[in-house]
Amino acid sequence: MSAGGIHPARPFPEAARDTLQDAQMRRNLKHATTTIREKRFRAVAELPDWEALRTRGAELKDAALSDLAEQLLTLETAVKRRGGQVHWARDAAEACRIVTDLAASHGAREIIKVKSITSDEIELNAALEKRGIQAIETDLAELIVQLAGDTPSHILVPAIHKNRAEIRDLFRRKLGAELLTDEPKVLAEAARLYLREKFLSTKVAVSGANFAIAESGTVCIVESEGNGRMCLTLPDVLISVMGIEKVLPQWADIAPFMQLLPRSSTAERMNPYTSFWSGVTPGDGPQEFHLVLLDNGRTDVLADEAARQTLRCIRCSACLNVCPVYERAGGHAYGSVYPGPIGAILTPQLLQLEDENANTLPWASSLCGACYDACPVKINIPEILIYLRGQITPHKSHNLENTVESIAMKTAAWIFNEPFRFEGALKLARTGQGPLVQHGAIHALPGLLGGWTSSRNLPPFPAKSFRELWREEGQNDE
Amino acid sequence: MKIDLFITCLNDALFPQTGLAMARLLRRLGHQVRFNEAQTCCGQMHFNTGYQREALPLIRKFVNDFRNAEVIVAPSGSCVAFVRDLYPKAAEWAGDDDLLREVTELGKRTYELSEFLIKVLKVEDVGAYYPHRVTYHPTCHAARLLRVGDAPLRLLKNVRGLTLVELPASEQCCGFGGTFSVKNPETSTAMLADKVQSVMSTGAECCTAGDNSCLMHIGGGLSRLQSGVGVVHLAEILASTESMSAGSSETIGAMQVSAEALL
Ligand code: SF4
Repeated sequence: MSAGGIHPARPFPEAARDTLQDAQMRRNLKHATTTIREKRFRAVAELPDWEALRTRGAELKDAALSDLAEQLLTLETAVKRRGGQVHWARDAAEACRIVTDLAASHGAREIIKVKSITSDEIELNAALEKRGIQAIETDLAELIVQLAGDTPSHILVPAIHKNRAEIRDLFRRKLGAELLTDEPKVLAEAARLYLREKFLSTKVAVSGANFAIAESGTVCIVESEGNGRMCLTLPDVLISVMGIEKVLPQWADIAPFMQLLPRSSTAERMNPYTSFWSGVTPGDGPQEFHLVLLDNGRTDVLADEAARQTLRCIRCSACLNVCPVYERAGGHAYGSVYPGPIGAILTPQLLQLEDENANTLPWASSLCGACYDACPVKINIPEILIYLRGQITPHKSHNLENTVESIAMKTAAWIFNEPFRFEGALKLARTGQGPLVQHGAIHALPGLLGGWTSSRNLPPFPAKSFRELWREEGQNDE
Repeated sequence: MKIDLFITCLNDALFPQTGLAMARLLRRLGHQVRFNEAQTCCGQMHFNTGYQREALPLIRKFVNDFRNAEVIVAPSGSCVAFVRDLYPKAAEWAGDDDLLREVTELGKRTYELSEFLIKVLKVEDVGAYYPHRVTYHPTCHAARLLRVGDAPLRLLKNVRGLTLVELPASEQCCGFGGTFSVKNPETSTAMLADKVQSVMSTGAECCTAGDNSCLMHIGGGLSRLQSGVGVVHLAEILASTESMSAGSSETIGAMQVSAEALL
């Protein structure tokens, strides 16, 4: 089941402890992220104006977000004018109700899905199942994850943690396909045969959206496989679930994103399939179109000036592929359909910083900054991580009153506020460390710092601090 | 030039030899150095861990301590990046316009050592001698936030006796990340393992960088593995000269050189 949702079941450090043990997954991930990282680097280097393009992308998104309410109303009017219907969903439950009601009203037993990360956010598959409707994923990687009863671990390559041999075995088991090799072509063919039948027999499709253009009421999906296009054109009813931040005011705005998105995500100059549709066209394609506009915490993100840039995200996944933490811990450690650096800032914000497990995500980063460098819309992820840490910490230590950490931090701040206290503390530490120092290094520490010495040594405090040595020599040149 | 030394709390407490080396180097290049003893810590650890209320007084204190400095130079890309990039954010988030004005101005006068040498003093050859096989790790904050680029490499290439060997996957984070290494020790260790492996694969005697925090991390891993490979701060390499090469070679492996020997 590729539901997933955005509520992490466990704190990040705990979940990562498990995923880090999975040697096969570690190898698969390292291979995949290294390959795509290098490819993306080359694809980006081809464009002489990449930096200017990134700035343009950021500006366009910011402009759209600055009068989002108006853009959405324009979009609604335009979609209706073209024969589509628009639904507003405040949260996941509301969105699920709208979609399941629509599917049920058409008597659907099965629906096909494409670009389903937003629907995964709201856990649509589970909601449909409760009404006896089975959702079938048509993105190849989503299908793999669904057949494996797994959850996605990457926003673009949800099955990134699996290798070809694992997929071959899965298709043999679940699709009854006779597969002699694990050649990607052969695997894709097996999936194609299975999906083709579904495309032709299913009446209702659910899609996500990459962009929407307010002025014309047009929805856009960018993809590589062509399965999306089948989903968008063959069924009678098309329901698109879209986060409200996906809207752009006008057609001209979309051009930079058509360069930014493919190069950042799949390292291609252009993606193979780009579909645009506006409302319904009599006699051609789905004859009923519903656009579900999903809030689910987004207006709260929008209201926070310091963190608002989070909503620029175009879900390209470049930040995941360059992130050293993602590469080791894997997508599942983040416990949300949005893993990696963007997940670390988006997930807790969508949950209004009220979910304890999600609130561990802003610390799942070494703040190395690789994500910011890669992001095609220049989201300063490290800065938002730090900002969110600052928002979460006070109410965490308020809840637990004084944690060991908060006492340590407050004490350290008190010490640093006066140089004489700092000097005194150093002298104390020097005396106190005595028993811990062996052969010139510290090999084991108690308490909070024990995590450090589980794999690393620490140098002991030297006999004299810099300030002591400096003073002894009376060194200032005046 | 009159240079104010910004000796980070970590350097002051654990790696005094780095600050002394930096002072000696700058003097050798003909500049006046000063250490304002009132300084303690820039507040990065607090701010980045989420204790922003506690960090603010430290930020204000830093501004006070360095208000009258002509230029401020530190042997730490990370702390300089914090002052330059995040002090303005801290002021902004606290809604303090006066502070914002002051830190923006201060940030322009604050430099990491290698960028100061290359960009401001415009020297590439500092007359150093260091007869060892060395690999260089570009720390994340120096590389990505300060964009020091190849400044450290240009300096190292001009050190006599030094053999510079390239570090594979050098741009990858070592996994330190301040309290990240303590809060997510397993993930941090997995990152460190790859970095240590890269360092060892070069056959270098030691790994150098512009930040003792990252070096403490990498060195801690190398030491735990009894690898025989050491770490040494860039400032210490650049400060070494032929006349004191015996002293400087002590820095290798031990991380703990007798600071007096450098004075
Ligand atoms: S945050 Fe930036 S890099 Fe990451 S998925 Fe979103 S747009 Fe792509």
